[in-house]
Amino acid sequence: MTIPGAMPPRLRLTGICKSFGATQALRGVSLEVAAGEVHALVGENGAGKSTLMNILSGALLADAGTLELDGAPYAPRDTLDARHCGVAMIHQELSLAPHLSVWENIVLGDEPNRGGWLRRAEAKSHARLALARLGHEHLDLDRRAGSFPIAEQQIIEIARALRTEPRVLIMDEPTSSLAQADTERLFGVIRQLRERGVSIVYISHFLEEVERVADRYTVLKDGQSVGTGVMKGTPQSQLVRLMVGREVTALYPPRVSIAGATVLEVSGLSAGRRLKRAGFTLAAGEILGVAGLIGAGRTELVRAVFGLDESAGGVVTLAGRSFPNRQPRGSWQSGVGLLSEDRKEEGLMLPLSVAENTVLTKLESFGRFGWLRRRDIAAAAATWIERLGIKASGPGQPVRELSGGNQQKVALARLLEHPARIFLLDEPTRGIDVGSKAQIYELIAGLAREGRAVVLVSSYLPELFGMCDRIAVMRRGELVDCRPNADWTESTLMTAAVGAAA
Amino acid sequence: MNSRSLLAKLGPFLGLLLVIGLFSLPTEVRGYFLTYANFKIILTQTVIVAIGALGMTLIIVSGGIDLSVGSAIAFTSVVGALLIQHGWPAAAVVLAVVVAGSGIGLLNGAAIAGLRMTPFIITLGTLGVVRGASKWLANNETVNYDASPINSWMTTANPFGWSLPAGSWVALVAAIGTALMLRQTVFGRHIFAIGSNEATARLCGVPTVRTKILIYVVAGGFFGLAGLMQLSRLRQGDPTVAVGLELDIIAAVIIGGASLSGGVGTVLGSMIGALIMAVLRNGSQQMGWPTYFQEIIIGVVIIAAVFLDRLRQAKAA
Repeated sequence: MTIPGAMPPRLRLTGICKSFGATQALRGVSLEVAAGEVHALVGENGAGKSTLMNILSGALLADAGTLELDGAPYAPRDTLDARHCGVAMIHQELSLAPHLSVWENIVLGDEPNRGGWLRRAEAKSHARLALARLGHEHLDLDRRAGSFPIAEQQIIEIARALRTEPRVLIMDEPTSSLAQADTERLFGVIRQLRERGVSIVYISHFLEEVERVADRYTVLKDGQSVGTGVMKGTPQSQLVRLMVGREVTALYPPRVSIAGATVLEVSGLSAGRRLKRAGFTLAAGEILGVAGLIGAGRTELVRAVFGLDESAGGVVTLAGRSFPNRQPRGSWQSGVGLLSEDRKEEGLMLPLSVAENTVLTKLESFGRFGWLRRRDIAAAAATWIERLGIKASGPGQPVRELSGGNQQKVALARLLEHPARIFLLDEPTRGIDVGSKAQIYELIAGLAREGRAVVLVSSYLPELFGMCDRIAVMRRGELVDCRPNADWTESTLMTAAVGAAA
Repeated sequence: MNSRSLLAKLGPFLGLLLVIGLFSLPTEVRGYFLTYANFKIILTQTVIVAIGALGMTLIIVSGGIDLSVGSAIAFTSVVGALLIQHGWPAAAVVLAVVVAGSGIGLLNGAAIAGLRMTPFIITLGTLGVVRGASKWLANNETVNYDASPINSWMTTANPFGWSLPAGSWVALVAAIGTALMLRQTVFGRHIFAIGSNEATARLCGVPTVRTKILIYVVAGGFFGLAGLMQLSRLRQGDPTVAVGLELDIIAAVIIGGASLSGGVGTVLGSMIGALIMAVLRNGSQQMGWPTYFQEIIIGVVIIAAVFLDRLRQAKAA
């Protein structure tokens, strides 16, 4: 891309260091990105990607090192200053003010005004222009941002970043909340931006994605850049090796199907507006995948089976006995466990300890005459900390302080401790790093080996193909097809998910 | 605008009409209840809660809360009375009272935004601090003075004239000004942004600390103005006045459609909320209902209003 002695690169970071107290988050990171290049930044959680990007986007100040933009020194005072210098960032968690309108979100923090009075017409024309750059000028500028589907919300967020005509656009896990079709649209947008000469720093855990979208890559590990190169022709295994610093033979453990007797039978299940007459069977020792676009009713399906949402009709048979009027409490008592897709809001009680999160479903069993034996609770949690390799200071540490991957392991430990016989897992690996993913896959495979049954809801096709015995596809609230893993290809599965007409 | 969102906007207004309609049914009060003179009294009785609700709307839309308003009103009314005693001219008294209110707001805002503490806790603390300070300032007794032009601002002495007392006009002008500010200024939109998603606002470069402090300062100014109206109504500075008034003010804002979790609320709604409460009080008095019955009714109305609001929003979604 750049020839030594020729034009300076669009962005050059040299020897960036950053410490938080005693923790050294970055230890001399260097990075070069050319104009119009998509540069992938990969690494496990905690490798320092977010810190580096926060420095680049002006949210943090580096302790040491230099930043250059098109050859000129670049030292943003804050995120607004960075945006004015031409560096904008799109965050992993959607960051919109849901109550504000589309145009207000796009100009937020930098509103055109005269003496504090908004210049509405000007603000709106800025917003429309930014949306036009993404081919979305048709969006209703006055509609509340929160009323749009996730994919459109992301477009609004990108438009906010594009409003200042950035030279460098940082995208942090932009697809983590998108379904496959929306991801494809996002890639289209990225290609468009690249053609306009915008440099993109693309952070992602999904190596398949990185391979498709990036020109070059840099791997971060423990706050250092451990490898950089041209994406084309670099095998994924090499990236993974650089990321984890060890050989990872396979992300997905080898599996042998041992499906036994049917343990769960669901037929004609309806709930709310998003679930219509869905049915499936699940056998002991089986992993059943559930694929579909976001909003296809996958989450609603497991929630209705579990009894978290009231169902409007249909029969759920558990080990041969019909199971009407399901409530979460009764489901747990029957050995059905649910892992929520929303780890932070629903899955875990963040301020409470690892131990309290682990034993919540069976707290009664730790009591004697109404007194909780706290030592037994801690001991139970300690077992899982050890067996699942949860990185925590002990059973008493608040879950909030753990990394995403470790939080997810705590959420899974609850199902294991209970112990559940049927595992309803909704996006169990969303937003966690490769190392933790491999461990969670191994854990799920182990459950099946022991004869427990798993429903695995996922938006990530390689995960479904790597783990499941059978894969069911949902579309607009209906379970449209269910076949053995080998009878699907990615394209037949996507065709089923979007419908023949699409 | 479709019919549904129109209905959502008109919700509180329909509530007001419903309440007025209910009190117009019984023949024994209809004759007086529906007169212009009575509405004049209702409007005058609304002024204090209405001006307080303006400040509270800013705070609640930003996702905050202020429990110290009743104390702030008592404090500023005592300050006003003392200054009149010292012979300050009316205009200077008005200014000083508003500044005193803003000072309390600055205290609240700085503690909330600077120390990053929950508004509920901070203002629960200042509720006591400011109430105590007013009693201290007033030597634990009412502050009396001979006469002041301010006394006429809230008068209902001439119920059969057409002119409204000055206080109602002050409230009206303040309401229009606040509505414009919320809608048309960068500061106003930042209040909504912070209430809707504070993390996003910060990320987008909104000066959240400064904005939050400013919100409480501006709101405090309104509470000072409400204190002035309280003074005008009592014609004396009473450090024990307006105990629990913050709850009436919060109720008015909530009945007006604001959300306690922030991001939602309008000045018009809050004003109608304040009117609904005043009409309920006035109507109940004329029905000869005992005060405990009024309290029960107002409590039920708050719950019903928020419940209906949620139904409306669920339908709109």
